[in-house]
Amino acid sequence: MGVKQLGIVGQSVKRRDGIGHVTGQTQYVDDVFYTGMLWLKMVRSPISRGIIHGIDTSKAEAFPGVVTVVTAKDVPNNWYTILCLIGVEPNDEPVLAHEEVMYFGEPICAIVAETEAIAAEAAALVKLDIEELPPVLEMEFAISPDAPAIKKWGNNTFMYDGYNHRKLRFGDFEKAIQQADYVIEGDYSLSPIEHAPIETHCCVVKPEPDGRLTVHSNTQALYFTMDNTAIILQVPSQRLHMIGGTVGGGFGGKVDVITEPITCIAAMKTGRPVKWRWTREEEMRKSSTRAGVKMHYTDGVMKDGRIIARKVRSLEDAGAYHRHSPYGVQKHMANLPGPYTIPNVWVDAYCVYTNRQPSSAMRGFGVTEATFAVECQMERIARTIGMDSWEIRLINAYRNGQMRPVQKVVEDATLIETIQAAAELIGHELPAHLKAMSSDDYAGKGGHHG
Amino acid sequence: MAKHYGRGIAAVNYPTGMNLGGDPTQALIFCQPTGGFSVKLASTDLGQGLKTVIAQIAAEALGVPFDSVIVDTGDTDSAPHCMGTFASRATHRVGNAVIMAANEARKALMDVAADEMEAAPEDLVLENGEIYVKGAPERKTNVFNVALAAHFKYGKTISGRGIYLKQKSSLDPETGACDPDSTEAHATTVAEVEVDDETGEVKVLRLASAYEVGRQINPEMVKGQIVSGAVMGMSHALMETVFPYYPALDHHTYSFGEYIIPTALDIPEIESVVLEYPSSNGPYGVKGVGEMTANSPIPAIVNAIYDAVGVWVTDLPVTPEKVLRALEEKALEAN
Repeated sequence: MGVKQLGIVGQSVKRRDGIGHVTGQTQYVDDVFYTGMLWLKMVRSPISRGIIHGIDTSKAEAFPGVVTVVTAKDVPNNWYTILCLIGVEPNDEPVLAHEEVMYFGEPICAIVAETEAIAAEAAALVKLDIEELPPVLEMEFAISPDAPAIKKWGNNTFMYDGYNHRKLRFGDFEKAIQQADYVIEGDYSLSPIEHAPIETHCCVVKPEPDGRLTVHSNTQALYFTMDNTAIILQVPSQRLHMIGGTVGGGFGGKVDVITEPITCIAAMKTGRPVKWRWTREEEMRKSSTRAGVKMHYTDGVMKDGRIIARKVRSLEDAGAYHRHSPYGVQKHMANLPGPYTIPNVWVDAYCVYTNRQPSSAMRGFGVTEATFAVECQMERIARTIGMDSWEIRLINAYRNGQMRPVQKVVEDATLIETIQAAAELIGHELPAHLKAMSSDDYAGKGGHHG
Repeated sequence: MAKHYGRGIAAVNYPTGMNLGGDPTQALIFCQPTGGFSVKLASTDLGQGLKTVIAQIAAEALGVPFDSVIVDTGDTDSAPHCMGTFASRATHRVGNAVIMAANEARKALMDVAADEMEAAPEDLVLENGEIYVKGAPERKTNVFNVALAAHFKYGKTISGRGIYLKQKSSLDPETGACDPDSTEAHATTVAEVEVDDETGEVKVLRLASAYEVGRQINPEMVKGQIVSGAVMGMSHALMETVFPYYPALDHHTYSFGEYIIPTALDIPEIESVVLEYPSSNGPYGVKGVGEMTANSPIPAIVNAIYDAVGVWVTDLPVTPEKVLRALEEKALEAN
């Protein structure tokens, strides 16, 4: 394929950290211990939605071995809006809840104690007075006029430039769908799933004699975590020294800056090193999930297999708070039409809030979901019009030089080549006219693959 | 009651880098007195092998042996900004920043070598740590000697700074027009399944894929991504949910006792072939392969189930219960 041979690039050298990983010698955050280190456990909301009338920590504070309890009033800037650095607003998630709870498991206060067992025991002694409200859990209901607005801005969707969804408009869908030989619809949905890393969330913070904090973190993004933590602590970022870089599985679940701010506050308040490590149950029930997503496709298809129109409505379940979802929905939107040349496209993508544990980034963020729907829909089209599964994809595949619905010209397409290679791999003989196709065969522009 | 064989395909794209861009990463490189090169990054290795592929890219760009390159990641006191490891961006962004830093360091190295050898820098060749005059290979030295001379004779630094940024694209709120990606990788997966119409169970027999990833820096590690991604995708298609009755909260999972993921016995035959069509903006033509390998198996499996038993189960995960209900519905419609 004309790839220039290089030296060490292109060689399967042995990975440098492999032996450490498989012999248990790699140092992870939970391997960090300090003399005099305290342990943290979180007190969490036992219900999905309610108004907080009281948080009584007196019994927990009096419990032998408890050093302090961290509540909302200890958080200098009690807003957790991790995309504030890229302009996503308004703030919507408190670091520690104090007025209302929006999901089962929402953090309320942290017990800091001499041992992990004491912290867990004392956490059970915190008395919560919460008035329960009916939770909003289903997305169609959440965006209907009948639903109570769980967000302060008065509805249950993220607002994109004044709209309650992101729009993709290309060509004229309404006109094209009238001209189609077939109108083919499909519903596709995904349930929330867990990242399931082997290493659960963990953070260790040590206050240094010079007033700085050393933060051992398994974040996927050290500077992002540092800067967001500094905003919450209201200290200059230079007071924080982040150490990480080795993570036992992330899959997008460790970009939420979810352990560092509270562990830092506990360390600052006590003047002692503090560790907070999550249990598997916390990882599953309290950490962000992949979003639940519901997509509806309406495609206009011609007898020869060309897709001339595609409309998609997608609802993405952000759960109780933004986290990374407003970003993820935009990425989702750009990918909902799929890697096919379709001249008329209409997409409405909604970021919907419900009283559920927040969803956030996960491997393939917004794209996995779109790809699943697109490729099932392609198969449905093939079966409906009686065309071969390989052919329907090859004739519609985007070519270099063509225009994508986001109005970017296709540059690095190789969809056709991978389809042909997959057929060859399994010994499926494609007919000559399909074998002859190429991502560079669009007449409008010469290809660059050469 | 019988087991039915089915085959399904899925062809996918995957964007490299944060959606819309605006996600920079920096690298610093410095030379030690005896010719070792330290690459300073605040990037994170999630287990995918970033530290290894970055050492390969740095060694290639510097022209020095792989073993003389040290990659130091994960300390904000000693390394400049990196946006993070996600969005299939790390090898692309970090690799580009490292090449830029390596070019600067290499130039500084070659300037000292030129002084030391009394030759013009453009007449010198650097290969795997050895330096010689073009057309006169007997006039040679090496990085070890030049690094010592730079430190102790000339008082010159051999170091480099690098950054890569795809500037953030705007997004038109009326049309969605934007530049979402740096490049696109592609893949096609063929899934073969066996569906038991009595129990509703789906057994994946085979996942065969063709991936196009620009250029492979380390082919075995690309294969590692493909194999592990295939398993994760299969798991997503058939097993995983934290809310089995979503959107209801009932039976919210809390451990690997209820949250079922595949074990070794569930893993099918996995085959792959990798194509290389270098991208215009990736380091040596790289495209991101990290996330996409878990994507193509999902629709391929769902399509294979349709091929096997003629029902669309398009609500993930495709549990035995959903397959049986769909078969029941199909039987009712047929009567």
